[in-house]
Amino acid sequence: MVEITIRKRQREEEIQPQKKFFRKTRKGRVIKVLRERYLRDDIGCGVRLCPICASPPFTGQSPSLPVQGTPHPSFPAGHHLLPDTNALLHQIDLFEHPSFQSSLILLQTVMDEVRHRSLPLYNRVRNLVRNADEWVKGGAWVFWNEFREETAVGRKEGESANDMNDRAIRTAAAWYASHIGLAHAASSPAPTVLLLTDDTASRQLASALSIPALSVRAYVAGLPNANELGDVLAAPGRVEDKEATERRAIYDEYLPAGTLDAGVAGGKLYEGRFNPNQYNYLEGFINSAALVRPILVIGRRDLNRAVAGDLVVVELYPESEWKAPGDEVVDQDLTLAADDADDSDGEEGGEAEHRLAAQEERDARDVGKRNPLEKHPTGRVVGIRKRNWRAYICHLDPSTLSSSATTSQSQQVVFATPVSPNLPRIRLRTRQAPQLVHQKIVVSIDKWDVDSRYPEGHFVRALGQVGSKEAEQESLLLEWEVPYRAFGRAILDCLPKEGDAWVVPPKTEDSIVWRDREDLREMIICSIDPPGCQDIDDALHARRLPNGNIEAGVHIADVSHFVLPDNAMDTEAAARGTTVYLVDKRIDMLPSLLGTNLCSLRAHVERLAFSVIWELTPEAKIINVRFTKSVIASKAAFTYKEAQTRKDNLALTDPVSESIRLLNALAKKLRAARMAAGALNLASPEVRIQMESPESSDPVDVEQKEQLETNSLVEEFMLLANISVAAKIQETFPQTAVLRRHQPPPASNFELLEDVLLKRKGMKLDISSSGALANSLDTCVIADEPDFNILVRIMATRCMRPAEYFCAGSVSRETFGHYGLASPIYTHFTSPIRRFADVLVHRQLAAAINYTPLHASLHSRQHMERILNGVNRRHRMAQNASRASLEFFVAVALKGRAEREGAPAREKAFIIRAFRNGVAVFVSKLGLEGLVTFKREINFDPELYSVKVPSATGEVTLSVFDEVDVEISIEKDVNTQRGRVIE
Amino acid sequence: MSRFEPLNAGNLRSDGRRPLELRSFSAELTTHPSADGSASVSHGLTQVTACVYGPREAKNRAQTMHDRALVNIEVEVAPWAGEVRRQRTKGDRRTAEFAASVKATFEPVIQTTLYPRSEIDIHIHVLQLDGGLLQAGINATTLALVDAGIPMLDYVSSLSAGLYHTTAMLDLTNLEESDLPSVTVAVLPRSGKVTLVSMETRLHVDRFEEMFKLAMEGGKVLRGEMDKVVRERTKVLARQMEGGAAQDEDRMETDDL
Repeated sequence: MVEITIRKRQREEEIQPQKKFFRKTRKGRVIKVLRERYLRDDIGCGVRLCPICASPPFTGQSPSLPVQGTPHPSFPAGHHLLPDTNALLHQIDLFEHPSFQSSLILLQTVMDEVRHRSLPLYNRVRNLVRNADEWVKGGAWVFWNEFREETAVGRKEGESANDMNDRAIRTAAAWYASHIGLAHAASSPAPTVLLLTDDTASRQLASALSIPALSVRAYVAGLPNANELGDVLAAPGRVEDKEATERRAIYDEYLPAGTLDAGVAGGKLYEGRFNPNQYNYLEGFINSAALVRPILVIGRRDLNRAVAGDLVVVELYPESEWKAPGDEVVDQDLTLAADDADDSDGEEGGEAEHRLAAQEERDARDVGKRNPLEKHPTGRVVGIRKRNWRAYICHLDPSTLSSSATTSQSQQVVFATPVSPNLPRIRLRTRQAPQLVHQKIVVSIDKWDVDSRYPEGHFVRALGQVGSKEAEQESLLLEWEVPYRAFGRAILDCLPKEGDAWVVPPKTEDSIVWRDREDLREMIICSIDPPGCQDIDDALHARRLPNGNIEAGVHIADVSHFVLPDNAMDTEAAARGTTVYLVDKRIDMLPSLLGTNLCSLRAHVERLAFSVIWELTPEAKIINVRFTKSVIASKAAFTYKEAQTRKDNLALTDPVSESIRLLNALAKKLRAARMAAGALNLASPEVRIQMESPESSDPVDVEQKEQLETNSLVEEFMLLANISVAAKIQETFPQTAVLRRHQPPPASNFELLEDVLLKRKGMKLDISSSGALANSLDTCVIADEPDFNILVRIMATRCMRPAEYFCAGSVSRETFGHYGLASPIYTHFTSPIRRFADVLVHRQLAAAINYTPLHASLHSRQHMERILNGVNRRHRMAQNASRASLEFFVAVALKGRAEREGAPAREKAFIIRAFRNGVAVFVSKLGLEGLVTFKREINFDPELYSVKVPSATGEVTLSVFDEVDVEISIEKDVNTQRGRVIE
Repeated sequence: MSRFEPLNAGNLRSDGRRPLELRSFSAELTTHPSADGSASVSHGLTQVTACVYGPREAKNRAQTMHDRALVNIEVEVAPWAGEVRRQRTKGDRRTAEFAASVKATFEPVIQTTLYPRSEIDIHIHVLQLDGGLLQAGINATTLALVDAGIPMLDYVSSLSAGLYHTTAMLDLTNLEESDLPSVTVAVLPRSGKVTLVSMETRLHVDRFEEMFKLAMEGGKVLRGEMDKVVRERTKVLARQMEGGAAQDEDRMETDDL
């Protein structure tokens, strides 16, 4: 038994033991909060070999600070770094840099402030600490200064919170100096504890107390690898000189936070995430909960330094000034090509933009007058609630390199162009410009001042040559924030010890594995998957029962047997959320031993499974359903094609083929019933990249995926299993059940599509319900144009909301429904190897059938909501990453094809949107979307969604839904290195 | 509040305690000489006073029991006790429930059969509140009863325990109580008998036993503290009864050592 003690409060220290502050409630009442604080003497300094703090205060944390990091010429006796909050926040890339080896002391005060300011950054800082033992020379240690007797500080009269924190940091630095001095009394001179701060005032105060302090820049300048590390530093703070004040502000200052709060609360201002228009970088939308229609913001000045994803506050213009979104493609690379990076005013460079902006304004007014329906509430950004800046993948813009300096190592200012088109260019200082020109690089934004046209950032690291597969792959993983690091030791330790050799133990009475498990090894079970599938997570069976009914079963890999709640593997899987499929790579959610071996239901191997078994009438009505853990031995692993041939070959009468036929018959009826209930048959462009051989990853060609009957067989039964499981867990855990829903789309989403279909094709869309939509989509077809029919479905799909996971207790019962599947309740149960939500559902179902008690964490709704939010986000990101990967490979394949044939590829495409100066096209065969811009003057008719293009033979009219031939060439634009489809 | 970290990476709680450390505990007897017995107890910033009147003749005839004494509990929470000033009415349900818990805790421990047809009134005043109301109330009542000289089977000492992820922690503050599942246990430390277990949050059954045992162990530690206070007080009383002068006092103390 651990010792229980009473912490005695020191009466003599009156201020320190208590924290007193005032808090304002939401209603505006002021509350005085009094909290105790117990000060201790057992908080370790973290320095390895420190004789005073010799015994580790707490087993989970062993002193890890080396005596010093990289030697610094100014500190011959070694040194520890003690960064203050701003140094840590702004220079995190430096501290994370692999060649920056330091002995880092992180104060609790600093950590708390970082956490308060930015949670993602806080997590990165925490990773620094966690990875400390992996470092070769460096290390990081959190010192809980606010709980140590000597370093705790109390608020002084009239002192601000910031000042108090700064004082706490200085006190801790001074303590460290004397503490280390004591520890080193016997030996040679003690290492220095260096306060890193970029705040001049703080440095002055520190030197008054004779605490050594340096700015980060000055410190790095003294390091041997200063050149390399110098680039990683954040842009320096504004120098307060005359020139700066004389500069003309391009943007308006943000309103103070208090005004924003009051404005939003009072309904005068609106808050929402900023969403730039992907076709026009000078335009964006903000979806505010308070308004039905998104708020339109037009023009650089009104956008006021908002970057995609920021939480911004907008002020609306009077209704007479409301505008409609422009109908022109505006590409910042072309418009601003002449802009000079060094010149922060950028007046000349902006001329083209001014012209454009003026025109845009005119257009917007015209459109607005013509069609009041298209008018959006229009406003301007007056403040930023929360920046959502992350690291961006960029290219250097070589045209901004000073020509004389293309080879020199001197520092220069260049532009970095983010890969994603709706981000602004970032101004960057670097010494390595010449080396970085043809590379993909990671850049993060530091600040965006009112007098600077562009945000300023710093270089983080280079990923590799543009166009190289490795660099592209890594860049898209980074861009979509897919965690792709190899699984760590702690995670692999959670795997069964036998590794590959793990087998289902023999069936005995007292075997833990066999407890409450059904023995289904004799059952005729088979799996059907795409070719080359390694993670087989589902298998099926069906047989006729003596009473004329049919027993059908879906068997899902029992992942929750291996992934136990609340261990390292579980945490990692929750953080990854889903397996990400790239064209040539799979980023696993679980270590591959589980995914592709122990949990893969391979043929002729005994595997643990979670089975859903129904009794169905021959008309596919469910008589009953039961859930059980089981052991199965799959009899065969088919591809869709093999299964299809088996089924179609009526000469085969073996039990496996029979059961496939039986399943197929049921699946057809299930599908028919689902369609009758109003399920949507949606479509998304599905293409497959054909590789030269499995080993090499050079794509040869692109083809569309084939849909076989057996695909829909598997799909139907998976849907059925998911629905059955959803109902079961919702019944047992009405508060915390993990479910999936698809909310009906708001009618306004369909306005544009409805109008286009009516005007161009005379087709009507009925969106009153999912059933009505399904029916009307069925009538929106042109008999001999299958591609068009698919396109309409794709466009309808895009008007919908994405499906999402949610916790049963967090939304009202009425909104559980799945719109697309027309099912009142739904969840994901069938792919636990590659989706984390399924693992949770498995655990809940296991608890629902009294197999295991439910783990505590699955009882807490807040906890579930937090996990599911993460999973939803990861899911979205994974889809984007897969799509981006596909696009890249399509591009590579097309390039290959063009080279072979000696001519650019030509494909049929449909126009999906018309602009004043171009059209957006969709190539259904390649699942590719592109933009065709015209340099010549063209005639645009927004009413009829068409453009008239003068050509040699006269005017050609191009309208939405017209089929055109497009020539596709992969343009490696010198400046942007972004593949693009052009005519 | 979502960013509140009940236990940080350094294994420290939000107020600098380790998980198994109790808050500063202090107690004083005979704080209200007009009552037959009284005590004031503080756990950290939680401060509770209990006054015992009786055993005395029962006023309420209807409830009088011919074989044992009636235990009445009255609770009053000062309006300024919590963070927000709040005037509680007499029939406040939380207070009534609290009173019922305390009554249930003490009825089997006080030897009521010694005082038939009488009643024992216990008034509990909550002066400051920072979590652990029930434990403080029970501990104060125990000491007040001891002060009043009412026979009991043993001290009743009470302590709350909470759970953060898999770590159990003792003696929760208000901040922790609102965030963590918690259980309050009252024990008779000598016999190890439990007279009260109160739990208002959901807690996983696997973790319950561990927390329960820890709270019991903590109760024993608290009993030691309470015993010390009682012995101090008794010593002072004994001295007063002897009519002891200053020098007597000195002698007694050296005798003790």
